Amino acid sequence: MPLHFELVTPAKQVRSEDVHMVVVPGAEGEFGVLEGHAPFMSTIRDGAVQVYKTEGAAPETIEVRGGFAEVGETGLTVLAEHVEEA
Amino acid sequence: MPSLKELKDRIGSVKSTQKITKAKQMVAAAKLRRAQAAAEAGRPYAERLSAVMASLASKVSGDSAPKLLAGNGKDQRHMLVLVNTDKGLCGGLNANLVKEAKLQAKRLIAEGKDVSFYLVGKKGRAPITREYPNGIAKHYDTSNVRTPGFEEADGIAAELIEMFDADQFDVAHLIRPKFQSALVQNPTTTQLIPVPSPEVAEDSDAVVEYEPGEEEILEELLPRYVKTQLFGALLEREASEQGASMTAMDNATRNAGDLIQKLTIQYNRSRQAAITTELIEIIAGAEAL
Repeated sequence: MPLHFELVTPAKQVRSEDVHMVVVPGAEGEFGVLEGHAPFMSTIRDGAVQVYKTEGAAPETIEVRGGFAEVGETGLTVLAEHVEEA
Repeated sequence: MPSLKELKDRIGSVKSTQKITKAKQMVAAAKLRRAQAAAEAGRPYAERLSAVMASLASKVSGDSAPKLLAGNGKDQRHMLVLVNTDKGLCGGLNANLVKEAKLQAKRLIAEGKDVSFYLVGKKGRAPITREYPNGIAKHYDTSNVRTPGFEEADGIAAELIEMFDADQFDVAHLIRPKFQSALVQNPTTTQLIPVPSPEVAEDSDAVVEYEPGEEEILEELLPRYVKTQLFGALLEREASEQGASMTAMDNATRNAGDLIQKLTIQYNRSRQAAITTELIEIIAGAEAL
């Protein structure tokens, strides 16, 4: 089962896809989210979100600034104020 | 009865006006598509944010709620944040917005409240100043940016929150156009500060963990929510302006066409009348010989 990952900014929806794992730079440390993660919410600090499309694949990094991440039943949603795609 | 020359000049001037309105209409139509797409692209973020807000706000309540959510306990000084366009040539859009603002102001004043205005965009300043010369607290100029975006919304939100923290007003309302179609843009009023408590979403049984904590997250979330509201208002303003402009200019072009037709008929008639008179004179002269 893949993890549904959404990355949204005020200007547009940047990502909405199924991935293996996402590492989010939380305010109190990075955390990785896999499928089936417990409901969780955290603010994020400026940094890189790492998206692992498949297990063991090289991560794709997306620079985000300001926002927060929410893990719910539907997957992971990152709301960021600004995004810089590598 | 105007002379032939006068009529001809008149037709010429209406024709050049028609060219201008037609050009403006086409520009607005092209820009509308982009503005509409931008307004729609901004929606998912706003929806997510309000969903998260709703679930958080229901958990944090009572005394621990931040000031932006609970208000400062007073309801005396109201701030009307009026979002207008910077340019004219867009039909009744700005007039309708100002009318709505005045209506709200009158209602609040009748209730014995104090009202002041925070203006965004140029076109609201003159009519509001006329009616409430001392009521304008601040004017945020967006005319020197091409397409107002998140930075502007950020600036406005920061200023408003600063004023709220400095205890300059108790309640803020946002008056902005709501883009429905190119024909319909209705002004709407929503409460901005304190953030209205969203309807409580159905409580999911899942225990959500918060990092750092519920209150800290909410505290960071609320300014962001205000910002998003303003950003949405700016985007809708852009779409509304182009839509209204397109409709208004389409009407103007059609009116100019009608006018040209009428003037041309008048021109042809008087020319023919002049020819007929001349002919009669020649024939009468020839018969007299």
